[in-house]
Amino acid sequence: MTMAEGDLAVTELAFVRHTTIAPRPPPAMMTGALGWLRANLLSSPFNIAITILIGLLMAWAIPEIVKFLIIDAVWAGHDREACLESVQHRAIGACWPFVWERLPYFIYGSYPISERWRVDIFFVMLAVGVVWLLWLNAPRRDLGAIYFFLILPVTSFILLTGWSAIGLRPVDTVLWGGVLVTIVVAAVGIVCSLPLGILLALGRRSRMPTVRLLSVIFIEFVRGVPLVTVLFMASVMLPLFIPEQWSPDKLVRALVGIALFASAYMAEVVRAGLQAIPKGQYEGAMAVGLRYAQMMRLVVLPQALKVTIPNIVNTYIGLFKDTTLVFIVGIFDLLRTIEVARIDPKWATPVTSTTGYAVAAIFYLVFCYGMSRYARAMEARLTRGDRR
Amino acid sequence: MNDSSDSHGSLLKPAKLNTAVAVELVDVNKWYGDFHVLRDINLKVLGKERIVICGPSGSGKSTMIRCINRLEEHQVGRIVIDGVELTADLKKIDEVRREVGMVFQHFNLFPHLTVLENCTLAPIWVRKMPKKEAEEVALHYLSRVKIPEQANKYSGQLSGGQQQRVAIARALCMNPKIMLFDEPTSALDPEMVKEVLDTMVELAQDGMTMLVVTHEMGFARQVADRIVFMDEGQIVEANIPGEFFAHPQHERTKLFLSQILH
Repeated sequence: MTMAEGDLAVTELAFVRHTTIAPRPPPAMMTGALGWLRANLLSSPFNIAITILIGLLMAWAIPEIVKFLIIDAVWAGHDREACLESVQHRAIGACWPFVWERLPYFIYGSYPISERWRVDIFFVMLAVGVVWLLWLNAPRRDLGAIYFFLILPVTSFILLTGWSAIGLRPVDTVLWGGVLVTIVVAAVGIVCSLPLGILLALGRRSRMPTVRLLSVIFIEFVRGVPLVTVLFMASVMLPLFIPEQWSPDKLVRALVGIALFASAYMAEVVRAGLQAIPKGQYEGAMAVGLRYAQMMRLVVLPQALKVTIPNIVNTYIGLFKDTTLVFIVGIFDLLRTIEVARIDPKWATPVTSTTGYAVAAIFYLVFCYGMSRYARAMEARLTRGDRR
Repeated sequence: MNDSSDSHGSLLKPAKLNTAVAVELVDVNKWYGDFHVLRDINLKVLGKERIVICGPSGSGKSTMIRCINRLEEHQVGRIVIDGVELTADLKKIDEVRREVGMVFQHFNLFPHLTVLENCTLAPIWVRKMPKKEAEEVALHYLSRVKIPEQANKYSGQLSGGQQQRVAIARALCMNPKIMLFDEPTSALDPEMVKEVLDTMVELAQDGMTMLVVTHEMGFARQVADRIVFMDEGQIVEANIPGEFFAHPQHERTKLFLSQILH
């Protein structure tokens, strides 16, 4: 405020502004690194205390982790001797030669060595599909969707299980393991649970009482039962009711169990999103003549799914880690292969287990954090348009 | 009072009314639970006729026009739109909604779509119009409501008045025979009311059949062929604007007018 006009405003009842105040930059203490520190880390005594506490925690934890994983780690060797303190006469950290030697087992499980190129092709095809779909500026994303949801599942199935007619040796799913199984289970769960969840959520909000009732029963039943129980039911109970020759493969049963389990959770996540959409959007869509399916697909779901992205990804991350539970029905996912490898006498040392679990932790962290970051970027992109 | 308003309904050139009935409500009744919101509503609207519906809040005026495109269901009576009777038959409802455009108090634009996409959505999916053509139609109507330059913005980036004009353009893109307006200016900042009313006046001049729920009595006087006054779910009085404002008959109408015209 300029002095002259400010004084006028106070001293005289009638006031007319004759000059416009030009915008000025904010004071220096509000901007820059110092300003950021002041605003975010040191804004109040409580905040200062928290900052110090977390600083101390990090100062304690990070050097320990770095020391174990890198500084004290053993990088070369052929058996347990390389990683034994009593033999090497030095502090021993992670035993990387163990991981290096067992890495093929962690990735492919017991998949026949001569056929492992098929798994490699599957990984590459999956990576191409994921990038094509998730990279929003990718060319021909419509083709990408066809590739991902039609071509990829069929070819992967043929590739991985084998087809004698075209010279691919059949490989029993009992031999599958490691990262392969984790990725297959997670991918099937993630891809199936969203559409199923959307259908269940719409069913639960349907005007038709039977549809609503069936959806509610399914959702509440599945959510009311632990995943372990669902997997047990699928692998132990199902064969009791179905003749053996019709009984589906063990891995398939686990896949179906996990997909149904995740879809019940997804249904509730999507329902929350649907409830956030104002009635006016439905009315606007109906008034221009859209039918129910069009209204949902073109107007309601795009908005509902957008607000639920954080929750959808949260469910995906939970699902990704839940895949480790398939070990309970005798399927060898990544964690299970590590469990088996770490008790191998050839590598039995005090650090073997820790090293194995560190590998598992890094693997799951990379995937889950990746999903989380992607979701953040997606949210930022989607909210750009209708920022108010 | 302007002379011309005594001789005919509106201050605009008198519409050449079709003798065809555009909207007919016969003994329409509706209840919310036990609450009787619409009571024996009888209303006949001719083609190109401009009807303004007014009345105190809770009088059922919004409910009545929302029954006309079946956003609300009536329980007793007949509603016939352009020869199609509204029943539970979804085909009939779709048919009616294709021919009846609606503008809402809160715009109800689709925030995840651009202005242009808002306008082309229904023509493409409901009328099966090619995308190119739908965009041409949309730009034509956006020019008519004077905001073609906003076509690629999102509705959240527009002012209230602009949003409401987009909503009008969106409805017009379906080339409707009848337009319903449910308090189109009630949610607007005072500075924005005029631009929306001007758009509606132009539409009226072009001979659109319109049913408008509004408290804008200036608009009613200028545009309406007939004013319908509602209270407690009933039509209390209906007349040409000149008579309605100069010589209200019913006590309730007199009271209402004395409250809003100072």
